[in-house]
Amino acid sequence: MDRDATSDVNAPHSMGTTIIGVTYNGGVILGADSRTSTGLYVANRASDKITQLTDNVYICRSGSAADSQIVSDYVRYFLHQHTIQLGQPATVKVAANLVRLLAYNNKNSLQTGIIVGGWDKYEGGKIYGIPLGGTIVEQPFAIGGSGSSYLYGFFDQAWKDGMTREEAEQLVVKAVSLAIARDGASGGVVRTVTINSEGVTRNFYPGDTLPLWHDEVEAHGSLLDILNASNPEPMST
Amino acid sequence: MVSSQNESNLLSSEGDSQRTQYPYVTGTSVIGIKYKDGILMAADMGGSYGSTIRYKSVERLKQVGKHSLIGASGEISDFQEILRYLDELILHDNMWDDGNSLGPKEVHNYLTRVMYNRRNKFDPLWNSLVLGGVKNGQKYLGSVSMIGVHFEDDHVATGFGNHLARPILREEWREDLTFEEGVKLLEKCMRNLLYRDRSAVNKMQIAKITEEGLTISEPYSLKTFWNFAAFKNPTVGAEGSW
Repeated sequence: MDRDATSDVNAPHSMGTTIIGVTYNGGVILGADSRTSTGLYVANRASDKITQLTDNVYICRSGSAADSQIVSDYVRYFLHQHTIQLGQPATVKVAANLVRLLAYNNKNSLQTGIIVGGWDKYEGGKIYGIPLGGTIVEQPFAIGGSGSSYLYGFFDQAWKDGMTREEAEQLVVKAVSLAIARDGASGGVVRTVTINSEGVTRNFYPGDTLPLWHDEVEAHGSLLDILNASNPEPMST
Repeated sequence: MVSSQNESNLLSSEGDSQRTQYPYVTGTSVIGIKYKDGILMAADMGGSYGSTIRYKSVERLKQVGKHSLIGASGEISDFQEILRYLDELILHDNMWDDGNSLGPKEVHNYLTRVMYNRRNKFDPLWNSLVLGGVKNGQKYLGSVSMIGVHFEDDHVATGFGNHLARPILREEWREDLTFEEGVKLLEKCMRNLLYRDRSAVNKMQIAKITEEGLTISEPYSLKTFWNFAAFKNPTVGAEGSW
């Protein structure tokens, strides 16, 4: 009667990336890693996956780099015209629905998962997730990309409503960092973009400033630094 | 002949002459029953992404015009699109401004045509829908699948519900169920689905539609029962078994 979804064999796969969007009391914070891979090679180790659509709306891109870039460009173009006609900044909902239209109507060709985040004067800070297929889901927080698989449990535990900006930023950075630790397709630096009534702030967390997780060790310039340090005995027979 | 992937090679143009998609974000079973005063429908709020339970607040029961209620399983983006089609349908119906309004039977028929015609183009809306409502005292409950197969019955279900809920409904459904009895019956089915359907999520809504109007409940969860001796000691009486 009902056609079974050809489940595991054809289950969708998102390629390299960890992207996150969270709301806090006052706005939203978008976060992402910076690795773009072609197969096993890291084509760009410092990419910027958080892309501006308007002054008050940004998106996180995951999946095919080409597809997500072209969708961004089209939506930015449409939003620009919409803003002129409307006479005031576009709302986050409109931006998200434009992304949805492209994602849904081209579902057979596109392979990109997008998180739309921004602030407008009507609804405040809002996050919309638009996964493969073009479903649109408004959420208090959203995660996406291949690295997000490792974050479902983390967010189930760590997410709270009504966080402060600092709490939310730390949560995002910690989460992306955890995903980078386990997902081969995510890596590099953590970028965040905060959007609220006052405007937009970009932050940059280089890999060496991120905390160390299980089975990771401190970085050094050289073995020689370790050997010459006051505490010898790093070599053993 | 159905192909599950659109093969694009250098030799063929963007013809899309054969196209079937596959679903990405899916909802599981919907159950609907007629009861004394109208229709009751239940669905959980899960949106699965393959085997991951990705979204847990997806509303899969929605109002359609004055007299109808729709519940959907399958690809959520296609359901969102169907809601837009229905919006337009109801809008045009209202624009006639003739005091008449589309009843559930008509909406069901509209959906059947939409689903069947998409199926004929090898480009289905990947959903199974339940459509119920009351108009002029007449209760109506039907379902439509992604290939346009449609039924009208006293109780319907989609997906796993067909296998797990309908046998229960066949035994226990009656024409004169009260609201309380109907809700208990639906909850019995939903609890069963929660135990046995991997994509089920313990957060659901029940919707009621009568001549007076429609209400969709706030999301809530069901208690589950695990405290059985046979569960605590599954291999007693068969030592060495697994």
